Amino acid sequence: MHEACPLSQLAPGDAIRLDTSPPIAVFHTEEGELFAIDDTCTHQDASLADGWVEGCEVECPLHASKFNLRTGGVDAPPAKLPVRVHEVIVQDGTIMVRESEEEPNLPPGVKVDGYV
Amino acid sequence: MQTLVVIGASLSGLSAARAARAQGFAGRLVIVGAELHPPYDRPPLSKDFLAGRISEADLALSEVDDDLAAEWLLGVKAVRLDTESMTVALSDGRSLAADGVVLATGASARVLPEVDGCSNVFTLRTLDDARALRGQLQPGRKMVVVGAGFIGAETASTARAAGLDVTVIERSAAPLSGALGAEMGAAVAGLHAAGGVDMLCGTSIKSFRILGGSVSHVVLDDGRELPADIVLVGVGGQPNTDWLLGSGIQLGNGVLCDAAGRTNIPSIVAVGDCAAWWNHRLQAHHRVEHWTGALERPALAVAALLQGGTVPRAVHPPYFWSDQYGSRIQFAGHVHGHDRVQVEHGCLEDQSFLAVYYAGDEPVAVLGVNQVRQFTRWRKFLNREAERYADAPAGAFAAAS
Ligand SMILES: Cc1cc2nc3c(=O)[nH]c(=O)nc-3n(C[C@H](O)[C@H](O)[C@H](O)COP(=O)(O)OP(=O)(O)OC[C@H]3O[C@@H](n4cnc5c(N)ncnc54)[C@H](O)[C@@H]3O)c2cc1C
Ligand code: FES
Repeated sequence: MHEACPLSQLAPGDAIRLDTSPPIAVFHTEEGELFAIDDTCTHQDASLADGWVEGCEVECPLHASKFNLRTGGVDAPPAKLPVRVHEVIVQDGTIMVRESEEEPNLPPGVKVDGYV
Repeated sequence: MQTLVVIGASLSGLSAARAARAQGFAGRLVIVGAELHPPYDRPPLSKDFLAGRISEADLALSEVDDDLAAEWLLGVKAVRLDTESMTVALSDGRSLAADGVVLATGASARVLPEVDGCSNVFTLRTLDDARALRGQLQPGRKMVVVGAGFIGAETASTARAAGLDVTVIERSAAPLSGALGAEMGAAVAGLHAAGGVDMLCGTSIKSFRILGGSVSHVVLDDGRELPADIVLVGVGGQPNTDWLLGSGIQLGNGVLCDAAGRTNIPSIVAVGDCAAWWNHRLQAHHRVEHWTGALERPALAVAALLQGGTVPRAVHPPYFWSDQYGSRIQFAGHVHGHDRVQVEHGCLEDQSFLAVYYAGDEPVAVLGVNQVRQFTRWRKFLNREAERYADAPAGAFAAAS
């Protein structure tokens, strides 16, 4: 389990990036839902926490691939592979993330601990 | 429409072909490409690919499972376009009859005639260029980069990280002043010095000393002589439109098009780096040489070609990114007409800032250096603003020629 931050510090519309390996992005949508996915776009090296969230989708800030926050699936290219989704739990007012056990789809040239 | 021929098999040609299928075109689709390689992505050529972090396979833009049902003619050039009979003559002697043509021939790297052909002089536009240059990046070697545009700057950055001694020569007082304006060009130029690269602005080259077919020294106008093991010429690109001379297609700086990519000849559109679309805000034709334009705009042009009629969607302001010295630079909009630049987040000294360009009270462009999140918000805002022009007429040729 990774501790993200107190729920009170992540306003709706905001996102944070956790310094895990690989990094994880946690989103609090305008609609009030919490989602966690891998932070690194599967296309190239960009942080999805810096992306644009609309509804239940995040658009990559570099080349506008879209990922579904619920499933991790690619809704718009150039990315081809999905990001992993992680379970979010709010415990005593703190956002916690249970990391998926699947293999992450990191972009070419990027390893779990960062750049090659 | 029975047969659609796309000339140019790179990002914009592939995007046009995909858009045609996505928009329901079921006829014969032919893609002609001068390079032997199937479509590949160019931006990494000066970044991760040059640095050896990713492989050629990673550059592929299309997958085998791409359900395009297209005929690919690779390693073949279009040499002539007959707009009366709508036929394209190819370098292998064949000719193709078309009902619609998409011109997507991109641009080529400009060369310096006096050193063209020297064995240690390189340009960087194609995979073959990048392969050749990649083999040259050994630590300790001296590289002189001519031109501090994006490709010059990125190559300098990658070469420096590989341990080369790098000097960049730029004729103007600040690099990138065309793209970013003089003030921000100067701010971004600071990245070179911070990255350990010598950046000589306001400096011209007087001559090259050539020994045995390769450049040994670059001689500057102040008399200095820079020893060079490798010379990278990054002095911009020129649209690949020579083959269209005399075809009746109107040419300027690129193929002149209306705001939906239509040329002056019906059933012929142009997209990507070879095309200069009419821009309502600038009231001029403007050739955009960026990846996102080559990806997004073909869908508009193909819609105009297949469906005719009105422009379905607004064209977003040009957007590009560049990675240099570990910094991410992003820019959207047009600097044209701005009268001030305001730093809205961060500060120039920290090399982390967001600057907004205003014409009067109207934001017309935004530059972010290591400010991805703020940049994304501003870019979305500019895109929405541009949608105000969506209903404008698609633009006339008479207005600009
Ligand atoms: C090294 C490098 C780094 C870049 N980095 C960035 C970046 O960081 N950010 C960004 O926004 N943009 C970047 N770009 C720009 C981006 O790659 C281009 O905007 C994009 O490739 C344009 O696509 P295109 O299909 O229009 O043209 P091109 O990619 O130039 O492709 C045109 C194709 O047409 C072929 N062709 C030409 N003439 C003919 C003919 N007569 N018959 C048949 N085929 C023909 C050419 O051989 C070529 O394969 C970079 C470009 C380069 C070269
Ligand atoms: S890095 Fe995310 S779409 Fe390219």
